[in-house]
Amino acid sequence: MAGMVEVKNLTKYYGNFLAIEDVSFEVKRGEIVGFLGPNGAGKTTTMRIITGFLPPTYGTAAVAGYDLVDKSRQARSHIGYLPETVPLYLDMTVEGYLAFMGAIRGMKPNRIKTRIGEVIDACRLGDYRRTHIGKLSKGFRQRVGIAQAVLHEPDVLVLDEPTIGIDPIQVVETRQLIKDLSGSHTVILSTHILPEVSMLCNRVLIINEGLIVAEDTPKELGNKLQGVERLEVEIQGPRTEALEALQKIRGVIEVTCSTNGDSDRNVYKIQARRGLDLRPTVSRTVISNGWSLLNLQLVSMSLEEIFLKLTTDEEINV
Amino acid sequence: MRNTATIAWKEIKGYFTSPVAYVVALMFVALTGYFFVRSVDSILTGANFPEASLRGLMRQISIFILPWLAPVLTMRLLAEEQKIGTIELLLTSPVRDWEVVLGKFIASMTFFLAALAMTLWYVLMLEWRGNPEMGPLLSGYLGIILYGGAAMSVGLLASSLTSNQIVAAVTSLGLLVLLTFLEVGADQVTGVASTIVGQLGMTTHFDDFVRGVVDTSNVVYYLSLMAVFLFLTVRSLETRRWR
Repeated sequence: MAGMVEVKNLTKYYGNFLAIEDVSFEVKRGEIVGFLGPNGAGKTTTMRIITGFLPPTYGTAAVAGYDLVDKSRQARSHIGYLPETVPLYLDMTVEGYLAFMGAIRGMKPNRIKTRIGEVIDACRLGDYRRTHIGKLSKGFRQRVGIAQAVLHEPDVLVLDEPTIGIDPIQVVETRQLIKDLSGSHTVILSTHILPEVSMLCNRVLIINEGLIVAEDTPKELGNKLQGVERLEVEIQGPRTEALEALQKIRGVIEVTCSTNGDSDRNVYKIQARRGLDLRPTVSRTVISNGWSLLNLQLVSMSLEEIFLKLTTDEEINV
Repeated sequence: MRNTATIAWKEIKGYFTSPVAYVVALMFVALTGYFFVRSVDSILTGANFPEASLRGLMRQISIFILPWLAPVLTMRLLAEEQKIGTIELLLTSPVRDWEVVLGKFIASMTFFLAALAMTLWYVLMLEWRGNPEMGPLLSGYLGIILYGGAAMSVGLLASSLTSNQIVAAVTSLGLLVLLTFLEVGADQVTGVASTIVGQLGMTTHFDDFVRGVVDTSNVVYYLSLMAVFLFLTVRSLETRRWR
């Protein structure tokens, strides 16, 4: 079937400022897609367009087959949304707030009642049903925010930076909560925290300065980015000479040595051209020079580095 | 319509969870009480036969109470949503913009009507000690309700324009004072200009009501004022999306 969320050539200007440019992607039912990018990359803008809060300057966005400009209300009824700064009415109780949110989303009173019970359990808010939201800590407010987003069992869940600004334990809990929800919902979540993406998402969209610069599964993205192969070698031998010898090997792009040259035992990081396994060559070079090879291993790139690469290095095309 | 009711009900409850409602109600009762006593006390009024009517009270509510009551009741309604960001959830839920505006309007009107209901006590007192004419009383209430509706819609527009409650309140206060005293301004100019300025004024159309005359043109005036300002409020919310 067609995607739950279809975004085509989305462009948004704020006055003269270009916030996002030609963003296109599709999210299928049940998928969790991570939107990754530094602050100001256009994540929030994209999400606001998907949720119908902002109209695009150009391009179209559709949720569950409904265009967000032409059939905005139908589209919006399929969305649960947690904006970046969790907007809550501080003078309402948790229960009262959820009841209100349910009602304006057109839920029947009976269903609101049962669902409130369920989401309060799921978000572990049981002890705070009648507490005023203003008295809750940030982490709990986040839970209330998530509770309202899933209350009406929307087809699509849009979470903008769901773990920002809460303490580490609550971050873990919130992630678990999102994971638990993921089976039944299509989730689009934005974050600038990398481990979160590999932990939660089936697919990653990396956005930088308003453009989508990469799109793949967290794992495939790692493989693709092996535009460089990386090796870590520990050698017992003179530092400068070893550096020189390694640099001369064909296919090596760069060699760096992180340990300082006082000792004879140094760890060198080698970047080589893609697809080349340099381990045999490197080991032979070390042995033939009469040094000792203490350790040799392939290093796969962490998503963190991919991200840095993607958003800082223009020369790598994915 | 259900959405409108939901939003209205939430705001009505909101009035009573903050001290605003109680302070406003207290001031309303105190001021109307004072105005009422003044209008019926022969020593204070200097008249030998003070009339058993709420004519004076209704005029004073329109001039001295509604210009501050409406800003106070409406300033929070949309400004606060924008300030704390809940507007984002409200506008991304499947609710029409006009349902939001109408819901908030109904909430402020409900509070105003509840406050106004407290003046029924004065009607009882008139009935007890005098023999008031029912016609002017009823038309007076109709007039003040229409007047209040127009004032609330002005306040609501001001509240939609900013995320700062104080700015909203001062804006609507200014607009209401202007609309209230346009009648005075009409005396300063002559000819067509005078007519136009005078006809735009909110007080110009009020006197007929307290005299017991329900003139369609006056009813239409207040209803169109409400319609225009509520429409502008809806548009103002819409442009918020487009900014």
